[in-house]
Amino acid sequence: MSEQTEPVRFEPGEHVAVRAAHPPGHVRTPAYVRGCEGVIERLCGTYPNPEEMAYGRSGLPAQPLYRVRFRQADLWADYEGGPSDTVDVEIFQHWLQPTGVNNDGTPRRS
Amino acid sequence: MEVAVRELLIEKGVLTADQVRRQVEDMDSRTPARGAAVVARAWSDPVFHRLLMADGNAAVETMGLERGPYKLVVVENTPDVHNVIVCTLCSCYPRWLLGLPPDWYKSRNYRSRMVREPRAVLREFGLELPQDTTVRVHDSTADMRYLVLPMRPVGTDEWQEQQLGALVGRDAMVGVAVCASR
Repeated sequence: MSEQTEPVRFEPGEHVAVRAAHPPGHVRTPAYVRGCEGVIERLCGTYPNPEEMAYGRSGLPAQPLYRVRFRQADLWADYEGGPSDTVDVEIFQHWLQPTGVNNDGTPRRS
Repeated sequence: MEVAVRELLIEKGVLTADQVRRQVEDMDSRTPARGAAVVARAWSDPVFHRLLMADGNAAVETMGLERGPYKLVVVENTPDVHNVIVCTLCSCYPRWLLGLPPDWYKSRNYRSRMVREPRAVLREFGLELPQDTTVRVHDSTADMRYLVLPMRPVGTDEWQEQQLGALVGRDAMVGVAVCASR
């Protein structure tokens, strides 16, 4: 693995949580999935981080990009459709963490 | 804004007016007919279909089309699953296969509501889906571009690829409509 590429941390089928962060600036993770849990649908490849490139920086190390599948019923309390309806969102790895941990990596108390 | 930036780029010698004109001409030459030809080929040729699902860019290249500047992900409709594309953050769209996106695709209304109440939005497009059909929304937020592979209309088993292509509309390839044989 080159220094220019962040190692891949997640596999398809793995449950992940999107960080519940609200940083300023050019952010490519839609607000409606922040803090939500989904499942890795596929690894799309590694791409320079657009949140860095937006400010003229290199975007390196490149970030793994995943498609994460969310159940609509988990995103919207009043969702109209069936329980199998989903939305897939492309999310960069630095926005993802294993489920059951806080933003700082410490285990979440239930 | 566009005019100001264009004039500045030309004035500073970054681009020539002819280069800008040529790019606009190229963009305008791309139409949904390209995507329709891809769909018709996928309906007609099982080997192409497999390649299209596994590696969309390589598949469209075998047809002599542009490979495209982004990774192409093809999502296939089935009797149980209906796919629809949106870009909530901006207006990402597979332009090299479908041309410029329609105005509604770029509207705040479509972009915000398609992820939240897709069935209601699809009804407004005239598409009522059974409750037991799974609706898969794909939010095109980064480096993928999406094409919906619609279901082949019934009663077209004997049809040739070119006839089939005429049934495939832009909206069906975005997922807000389906293809019909008449």
